[in-house]
Amino acid sequence: MSTVERRGSSLYVKSLRLYFMNTDINYKRYLKLDLLPTPWCPGCGNGIVLKAVCQAFDELNLPKEGTVIVSGIGCAGRSAGFFDLDSVHTAHGRAIPVAEGIKYANDALTVVVLSGDGDLLGIGGNHLLHAIRRNTNITVVCYANEIYGMTGGQVSPLTPHNAKTVTSPLGNADFPIDVQSYFKNRNSYFARTTAFHLNHLKKSIVEALKFKGFSFVEARTMCIVNYGRRVGYKNSHEMLMHYKEFYKVSDDTEELSQNEIGILRHTAGL
Amino acid sequence: MEKVREMLTGNSSAAWGVRLAEVDYLPSYPITPQTEVIETLSKWVNEGLMDATFVTLDSEHSMITAAGAASATGVRTFTATSSQGLLFGFEMLYTVAGWRVPLVMLNVSRGLSSPITLEPDHNDVLAARDSGFLQIHCETCQEALDSILMAYRLAEDERVLLPVLVNIDGFHLSFTREPVEIPDVETVRRFLPPYRPKHAFFKASQPMSQGVAVLGGAVYSYFKYQMHLAALNSLDVYKTVAQEFYEIFGRSYPVIEGYMAEDADYLLIMTNSFSTTGKAAIKRARDKGIKAGMLRLRLIRPFPELDIQNAVKQAKAVAVFDQNISIGKGGILYSEIAGALYHEKARPLLLSFIGGLGGKPVSASEFEFIIESMIHAAETGKVPGRQLLYTEDEWSEINRLKGMAGKQ
Ligand SMILES: Cc1ncc(C[n+]2csc(CCOP(=O)(O)OP(=O)(O)O)c2C)c(N)n1
Ligand code: SF4
Ligand SMILES: [Mg+2]
Repeated sequence: MSTVERRGSSLYVKSLRLYFMNTDINYKRYLKLDLLPTPWCPGCGNGIVLKAVCQAFDELNLPKEGTVIVSGIGCAGRSAGFFDLDSVHTAHGRAIPVAEGIKYANDALTVVVLSGDGDLLGIGGNHLLHAIRRNTNITVVCYANEIYGMTGGQVSPLTPHNAKTVTSPLGNADFPIDVQSYFKNRNSYFARTTAFHLNHLKKSIVEALKFKGFSFVEARTMCIVNYGRRVGYKNSHEMLMHYKEFYKVSDDTEELSQNEIGILRHTAGL
Repeated sequence: MEKVREMLTGNSSAAWGVRLAEVDYLPSYPITPQTEVIETLSKWVNEGLMDATFVTLDSEHSMITAAGAASATGVRTFTATSSQGLLFGFEMLYTVAGWRVPLVMLNVSRGLSSPITLEPDHNDVLAARDSGFLQIHCETCQEALDSILMAYRLAEDERVLLPVLVNIDGFHLSFTREPVEIPDVETVRRFLPPYRPKHAFFKASQPMSQGVAVLGGAVYSYFKYQMHLAALNSLDVYKTVAQEFYEIFGRSYPVIEGYMAEDADYLLIMTNSFSTTGKAAIKRARDKGIKAGMLRLRLIRPFPELDIQNAVKQAKAVAVFDQNISIGKGGILYSEIAGALYHEKARPLLLSFIGGLGGKPVSASEFEFIIESMIHAAETGKVPGRQLLYTEDEWSEINRLKGMAGKQ
């Protein structure tokens, strides 16, 4: 905008503003635009998830002064810093307890965790189980890129069996965690979605934010640089096309099969 | 012995040490700047070049626990971490040391959060100094490989039986390539034979309890003091091990490395990779006719008090360069060295400098400042207070950043 304004044509600026409003740039108010571009690699899916989070905030018109972002460590963990909101970038694995501390101290706040699969399911996995048990009213968006992206592409708790990574050069011997299983028989919200299914991604986050209780969004997203290219994808577009072809939407079922994305609401204990 | 030399990073050199030590078990968890170590080992295991089990754990806490437990079965075990990871596993450092197991662990130094950073200082490794892990600190890539081999000899010696931490600096050493001589495995076996534990270790048909509770200070004190005595023993054991290493490989690793130190009036004490730039500064001072020298501490635990007392005897002034800060106290090594010299009749003036925090480079002018300060102190008999090394350019950069944050 500032470059446009420097041209000095107020008419031009006005019409441009109008144009932007029509294409829904309101979500940008949640970001520190002067910090963009992000340091994420070209082709990284994290920006798509970040944008969907902001759009979900915008759709619910969350007040800036009442919303807090918490991130752990990792590429996804860099998210907190880009928000023009109160935010905490905490230690590896500790995003959920930080968020719980904030929420229990001031229940009026909307507290959102944005972090990676390694951070939330590996080193911080224990916190997730107990936040579900306590049903703390916070929302967690997990950037599920199936890898430790930031440290260079080592096996994460979501890395598929047999996938080649720098710590499993002949293929991962272990099987990934089925995160939805943590939410069974709980009063809970779990959604799986992908960076390809933009509307579904946004909807999953909106519904998570609306949910009274603990909500978790597993957003499958592309780490092309430290994962995709090592398992045979030429570029991140191919990874997106894989999401498109592999995943079918199946909302409001009891359990998602491997190739399904959808929203699960369990009401046990209610 | 056929000599093989390769350009290796500090990380891959350390990995070579692990490979040559024929380690059996490698529990791992990645953290910058250590990742190359575990990636290299994982590759070798997968390619069949190492007959070991490589496992990625879910955190450093479980990694160090698994490593200690495996070590207690008599299996040669290695693990590696850095900074936040070392702190995350901290509880288990004391526990594993108390198990008296000969685990060798590499720490690739990196400054601690908060604020989050990547480059090295030694608050991470020095936080572990009271745990019972012995500590060897390295300056060069060759030293990383050699120290891993020596660490197993030291740890597995029955007079010691304590775990050992080998430290290399993140980035400055971990990612720097230097020519490294890779010895052949036969020669290494002569120096480091397979581990056959004689003392407490788990084995079939012989039940044993590890880590039992002793509810009573007397028993507790006994065990803790045993560890302390074992650590003190390890100083002499280290010297024998280093001598043997020299005889077999031709490289000498004294407890304290002296650089132009013998006749020096002004001694700079440093550790780890920044010593290399320190040595260059000493050399420049010598060229100007200043009798400067350096002592580089390699062994930090056990703390080589006697060796330090002897090494500084004839100096007029000694400056301790601490690449760490004990908040509310100052430089950690300064305090330890001051303690070691208290009873010495002819002790030199002792100056304290803190620098290189979070990997902040130390410029030639900062080293010159240290040396000038020593000369000035010797001339006037006045010792300046502790100083943080910080250049004018760095100060103006900070002010610029403060301006951006609206904090001026
Ligand atoms: C205690 C601790 N151990 C290890 C690390 C190193 N580390 C930084 S990010 C990361 C993994 C991040 O993976 P993930 O959470 O999946 O995030 P991504 O980078 O993939 O977005 C690790 C292991 C750390 N920062 N702290
Ligand atoms: S390493 Fe992977 S997750 Fe990290 S920014 Fe690059 S593409 Fe994204
Ligand atoms: Mg990840």
